[in-house]
Amino acid sequence: MAEQARIEDLHLVHVTKSFGTFTAVDDLSLTVPGGGFFALLGPSGCGKTTTLRMVAGLETPSEGQILLGDRDITTRRPYERSINTVFQSYALFPHLDIFENVAFGLRRQGVKGAEVEQRVNAVLELVELTALARRKPAQLSGGQQQRVAVARALVNRPDVLLLDEPLGALDLKLRRQMQIELKRIQSEVGTTFIHVTHDQEEAMTMADTIAVMNAGLIEQMGAPAEMYDLPRTAFVANFLGQSNLVHGQITGRDGADLLVRVPGGEVRLPANRAADDSGGLIIGVRPEKMRIAYKDEQNVNRVRGEVLDVSFTGVATQYTVETPWDPDRPVTVFELNDEGAPEVKAGDNVELVWEYGFTFGLDGDDDLDAGNELAAEAAEVAEAADAEDE
Amino acid sequence: MPATTHAVRYRPSAWMRTSRWIRSHLIAAYGILALLYLFLPIAVVFLFSFNKPVGRQNSTWNAFSFDAWTHISRDPTIMNALGISLRIALVATFVATILGSLIAFALVRYRFIGRSSTNLIIFLPMATPEVVLGASLLALFLNMGLPLGFTTIAIAHIMFCISFVVVTVKSRLQGMDPRLEEAAADLYANERETFRYVTLPLVAPGIAAAALLSFSLSFDDYIITNFNSGTIVTFPMYVWGAAQRGIPPQVNVIGSIMFFGSLAIVIAAQLVGKARRKA
Repeated sequence: MAEQARIEDLHLVHVTKSFGTFTAVDDLSLTVPGGGFFALLGPSGCGKTTTLRMVAGLETPSEGQILLGDRDITTRRPYERSINTVFQSYALFPHLDIFENVAFGLRRQGVKGAEVEQRVNAVLELVELTALARRKPAQLSGGQQQRVAVARALVNRPDVLLLDEPLGALDLKLRRQMQIELKRIQSEVGTTFIHVTHDQEEAMTMADTIAVMNAGLIEQMGAPAEMYDLPRTAFVANFLGQSNLVHGQITGRDGADLLVRVPGGEVRLPANRAADDSGGLIIGVRPEKMRIAYKDEQNVNRVRGEVLDVSFTGVATQYTVETPWDPDRPVTVFELNDEGAPEVKAGDNVELVWEYGFTFGLDGDDDLDAGNELAAEAAEVAEAADAEDE
Repeated sequence: MPATTHAVRYRPSAWMRTSRWIRSHLIAAYGILALLYLFLPIAVVFLFSFNKPVGRQNSTWNAFSFDAWTHISRDPTIMNALGISLRIALVATFVATILGSLIAFALVRYRFIGRSSTNLIIFLPMATPEVVLGASLLALFLNMGLPLGFTTIAIAHIMFCISFVVVTVKSRLQGMDPRLEEAAADLYANERETFRYVTLPLVAPGIAAAALLSFSLSFDDYIITNFNSGTIVTFPMYVWGAAQRGIPPQVNVIGSIMFFGSLAIVIAAQLVGKARRKA
């Protein structure tokens, strides 16, 4: 697998897919960098699976183009493109053993005898399933079947490997294990991986680049840490991790910082972290960036509030604090349980502080709850899948 | 459980022991009775194939004999009727299995105008009393001026076998993960290869079951056949006719052979399936 040079970018150009009156994917333009691990993250029904199926050739776009490098593959049949898929249900052929499942693609491409043997064995070794080559899929555990599905796709050395929620059916522990495994395989073979998932943690763990998708559109795209640090929409702020958000009004500028009036005080943030420099702005800050002030601190934003709830989670403690920002939307704070953690109980009055630079400013017209309900729903779906496996 | 420590000293009464024994063996007893009920008639058929009947009627046990087994074809009309039935069954099975499987694929795979009414129409021959089917087919053939015989019987059998084939193959197809064919296409198999290497092998057991069912339905049919046979006599018609005068034990022999033959097929299929799963 030394053909590093030929890895090409995948381009989706103004792609739209409608089913009757329902638009699943709406004028989507996207470039997936070649050779990287790309995650398409979004709640169920956001169009991510449809997007994947269009790349695989299992659906044809209503409009727009799909390009691999500079080749237009929009209307190519699935078997005419060098793109392979790991299906959510694995879709292993039940009548063929593991070896023949993996060899299927090679045989259809006309690869013969010894080469088939050699390539299948190599890829089975890569996913550590050599010993099970003559078993039938039904005799394998979920994790093993998943690895067969990956091997069956990878053996063809595709330009792009598509993964459609491949870990959804596995229990939590196995899922973590497979995340690391897939990441290892990807860096070993260097193929472009496109991974569709609704699990934001999974996307952040595995991907070099994440595109957050909502209602048929890409909300934001970038490196995981970058996007987590500076979400550009309320949907991303809520779906990718958790955020405390409040509506504010920009009142002025102080050097490189913007001053924003929020209920009960004023917040300062770097202007380059704000979506706007005048008018309304949604102020956001991640729960772990906030802390309960126990000494005098400089250069921080502040908000006072009353602790409603303290819950100990082992590594950290989560505080729910009611503030003047919005009494109906209490602020969440994560404090690591290390030295300096304050002794606070429900009913206490506290001051929350965070560095100016951790603040982000979103478009004032965004919906504070965008992505919130969906994140909860996605978590529920994931939990239900876990429960089923036990 | 603390109760177990006391149970050592506890001696259940005789009545309790019996009732417990009955309860634990009730299902087995029930199962044996049900199997007896199913297989007793076949056992009688088998047994009487070794009878040496006194008169024309093979209904009272006289003496043990291999006579009927060694002289199956003593009466040429039996063999003739058997041959006709087998040939009709083969033709009906062949045509009905192909047509029915194609219909099943169409019904499961495609959404078209008239799909639900097709489903209903396919079901009708199974729900219609055979007498009615036979009589109306006869009227049809007479009106068309088609001479009654092998062809009309075959047409009638194909007609009612199709329904059973469609139902059997359809359920197999519906149970198949549609992602499998997508996976095949994704793995460089074109439509023809996908059908050959994935769809067909997976649906084959359903098609085979449908063919076996068609064969026995066709071979066995009396009522519809009787309406449309003209001068031809099939095996069931021969047996029916012979029953008036006295059935020769050769009929029992043929019945037994058919039974053990189908049993052998089923056992072989099971063994092959088991071997495949193990491999």
